[in-house]
Parts: sequence; C-alpha cells; structure tokens
Amino acid sequence: MAKLGPAGYSPYPVSVTEGVLTPPPGKALMFNEIVDEEVAMREAAKAMLTRENPTIFPGPQVLYAWNEEAKRKAKFVRKMAEVLGAKIIPMYDYRPKYPKIDPEKEINPNHPNLTIWHNKIKACIFIGVHCHYANVALKIIRAETDCFTIAMCSMAGHEDAMITLRDQHSEDLEKFIRIAEEVKRELGK
Amino acid sequence: MPEQVKTEKVRYNRMGQRIVSPDYLLFEAPRTKHFITGSEAVKEAAKRASVDASISYPITPQSEAAHMLGELWREGYIGVYFRGESEFGVMSEIAGCAMAGARTITTTSGPGTLRAMELFPMWAGSRLPIQLVLMARGINSPLSIQPDNLEIYFLLDTGCMVWHAETAQELFDMIIAGFVVAEQPDVHIPVITAIDGFFISHTREAAYLPPEDIALPPYDPYKAPMPPIDMEMPPGRFMRDPFVMKSNYISYATHASWQFEVRAAIERSRPYAKHYLRGLVEHFGDPEGEILFIASGTAAAQAKEATQILIHEEGIKARVLRIKTIRPFPTEEVREAVKGAKYIFIPEFNVIGWLEREVKRALYGYTDIPIFGTPRVGGGMTMPPEFIVQEVLRIIGKEVKHVG
Repeated sequence: MAKLGPAGYSPYPVSVTEGVLTPPPGKALMFNEIVDEEVAMREAAKAMLTRENPTIFPGPQVLYAWNEEAKRKAKFVRKMAEVLGAKIIPMYDYRPKYPKIDPEKEINPNHPNLTIWHNKIKACIFIGVHCHYANVALKIIRAETDCFTIAMCSMAGHEDAMITLRDQHSEDLEKFIRIAEEVKRELGK
Repeated sequence: MPEQVKTEKVRYNRMGQRIVSPDYLLFEAPRTKHFITGSEAVKEAAKRASVDASISYPITPQSEAAHMLGELWREGYIGVYFRGESEFGVMSEIAGCAMAGARTITTTSGPGTLRAMELFPMWAGSRLPIQLVLMARGINSPLSIQPDNLEIYFLLDTGCMVWHAETAQELFDMIIAGFVVAEQPDVHIPVITAIDGFFISHTREAAYLPPEDIALPPYDPYKAPMPPIDMEMPPGRFMRDPFVMKSNYISYATHASWQFEVRAAIERSRPYAKHYLRGLVEHFGDPEGEILFIASGTAAAQAKEATQILIHEEGIKARVLRIKTIRPFPTEEVREAVKGAKYIFIPEFNVIGWLEREVKRALYGYTDIPIFGTPRVGGGMTMPPEFIVQEVLRIIGKEVKHVG
C-alpha cells in the first residue's frame, strides 16, 4: 500500500492501481517497498508498541479449531497480544449483523471502520481472516481511518495493508513474538 | 548411522494419472505431435487437468467441446458431468460445484453467453476460479453462427480474467495455465479462455501434447480467499447471508471495496499469467517495423500473414503485437511496443472494435501515433491477409504493387 489513511473515496484506495502487488515468496511488503521479512516484522512490532490502542483481529482460521495448525496459531496470537499489550477483538465470521455489530466485541469485514472508530484503534493486526474478506476490510479501513494495518497471512499477503507478511505459519508467529520482545526492550517498555 | 534412502512421494489423481507440477506439465514434459481441432484441444487439456466437474448445454460452435467433456466423464477423467437446463442453469450449477470446492470447466458461445450473463459477475464476486471456454460466434441479431467475436466485449468487465488464444495449441496450453492462475489464493477469480469459433474450434492443426498419464495437482479449496462450503459452512449459510440481502445493514463502502477487490485480483494475476503464458503478449515480424498491428486471436494470425506480405513483397517493415490477455490488459507491454511505430492498425473480427477501444485507452496521452481500427469484419466475413495489406497501403498512401 502507498500510504496511511484516511484516503477518502476518490480515487478509491486500491493499492494495485498504484502498481503495488503482493510481495514475492520470502519477502514482505512495507508501504510500497518489498523488504526482508525481519525488517517488516520489526516495523510491525514498533507500530503496535507505539501507536494507541493496538488491537489484534483474529479471524475464523485461528478462532476455530479446524486443525492442529489453527490451534497452535491461536496460542501464539494470545502470546502476541500479551507481548504487544494489544487487545483482541475477533472477526468471528463474515455476515453482516442485525441490526448492527457491537464494536467493543467484534469487527466485521462489511464495516470494519465502526470497530476502529469506536475503540480509537491506531494499529492493528489481521490474522486468520480469509483473504477476500481481509482485502475488502483493509480497503475500507484505509479509506476511512488512520489505523496502521498489518496483515499476517498464511497465503500470498495483502497489498492493501501498510505492512503485509506472507506465508505466515505458527513458526513465523513464534519468530514475530521474539522480534516483538526485542523491539519492546529497545523501546524501554 | 545407516545411509538414508531417499524416497519420492508419487501422487495420483482419481483417474490414476500421476500428479506433476504445472511447470512440468506446461514446459518440461516431452510432447508428441497430434492433428486436432480446437474442440479436441479442450478435451485434451481437461483430460490432463484433474477436473472435478463440468456442466454443458448445447450451442454452436461449442457443442462439440461440451460433448467431448462428457466423454471424459464417461472415461473417468471428470468427476461430475451433466447437461444443464439452459446456459443460465449451467452457469448457476457450475458455480455451486465451485463453491463446494470442485475444479470446474464449462463452455459456451454467442447468445448463450448473454443468456448466462448475470452469472459471470456473480462468479467473480464469489471468488470462484471457474474456467469458461468461450468459442466466440457473435451476438444476435441478426442471428449468426459464424466466426465473430463480439461477445468477448460483453465479458470484459465482468470481473473475470479474459484470455484470447490464437490456435488450438495455445488453447490447450491456456486451459491448463488458466486453472493454475485462477486458483492462486491471491487471484482466485474465473478465467475465460476465448477462441474465435469455427476458425479454431472446427479446423485441425498440429498441436504438441504432453503424455496423457500425467495431470495437474488437484484443486485445494481450503486455500480459497473465501470459505468453501463444507460441513461447517453449509450452502444455507451462503444463501441466507449474502450481503445483498441485507443491504440496509452494510455500508456502501463494502460494495465498492468488494468490487475493487475483484478488479485488484485481476491485477494480481499478471505475474502468474506472465509466467505460465510466457508473457502477456507475443512479438512477431521485424522489430523495427514502422507498421504495427495490435491484434488478438485469429485476427493476429491474419495480421502475421499480412506482415509477411508487407515485408517480403512490398518491402515495408512491419510487425505484430499479439495480445494474449485482454483482462488483465497488458498496458505496459503495449506502451513499450509502440515505440518506433509510425502507424498502428488494429484488425478485428467484430463490428465494434473492442480491442481498438482497449488499445486507445492504454495509449491515451501517451503517444501521437495514428491508430486505425481497421480492417474490421463481422458476421462471419473472412479477413484475408491481402485485404489487410490493401488497407494498410491505402491508408499510408503507398501504391498497391503486389496485391490486387
């Protein structure tokens, strides 16, 4: 993605129209630059540790025990929240809600801005959200908020996030937690 | 410590074909020469693609390809095959198969395409990597069952990738590549592999095919960007909860973002398509050609013949930029290719000139080179190379020496 929001609606904030695509395997995307994964992890940790009301948005792929990997990841998400001092607000499914969501308890891909506005979230991590819904939500967030978005994706990543890490499996989450602990020490937190 | 013995894990699909990588199947496997029609190319590609489901409905000129897919089902290569109630039925039913996690292929032509039109944006919006082989024949009215590719224009902004093959060989390779690109997790939208009906579907040509006992890896629906239907996500969940049924409860931004996301997915297909199609464009002729044809499908084949006449009989430097993918459109490649050209000609087998529109949009504000949307034929008219040459010579003000 090119820059932090709010980007407004015209042109709609879609990174590919600015020539930014998902990073190649083994690399990460930070704003509009392809960087080493560790560099992106450090910056992601720094954003979460320094911006207001950092929040992790776990999706169905880590919330439900579909498989052993999901269970392992879920434990790391909790550990990550502890290290980063972040709240956890789940995106437990993708349905629009009647009559509206409770923004303190959940985030929804159809109006993610409501949760971010309500909780004044300035940095967040998407993890375990199916790619399409993450992409829909990330575009809306950049259009409407100044939230610094980080996507930890088990597939190819999300160019609409400010930082995207691809092919993130449980061992990569473990690595991110180690790096976050280092950054936290460096920041004297 | 005993020496470790290396073992290779060999996998087979339901038909007993050995699973190989897409790169091996497309680029490395030994190939043998065959003499086949475009319809047979569809069958031969599907045979090697571990297809789970295909649904058909007859309409000329794709009926034969659909029939041959049915033969593949009888032989065991395709898991599910039946005839739908109409094109609308086919495209709806194939969507159901894809939502349930099946690798799917279907075919259509001309008016059948329009009858099913509502479903193509639905496929894209639902992120279904369905493959539609379009054997173009034009749109009514007047009724036409002749070579004409007007219907491709109607499909350009459905949110599907649209590729245009020149030959039966390319159709074979594109169908295999189509599954691979369409099923990438960050792409995951439908692919329409188009050919010009009759010219390609019904004529035989030499094509080189890999062995039929190897095939693509099966589709993994759990890498899809949306949850597939399974015991945790039953169909009712899909039917009850699409946001269009609750439009009062979503932001307009959702609909906008969703549509932009589908278009973003087309853009993400570029690097994959470049790899598996060996580029989004093909260059032919004299690299310094002042006459540049930009064309796709059969029009490109005819432009190549015309280029040979211009070079060898008229002494005029000419070249062809053949467009393989209309969506994504190879804007950068077109801008690069026009450098050095003095005239751009866009021959087409349709009356509206959809490729001319695409090229002009890509070049707007970028070049002053004159662009001529000619020759343009429709309704089954042929486009002999000599006719193309005559048009070029007339427009650039040269004497017609060798063509009459």
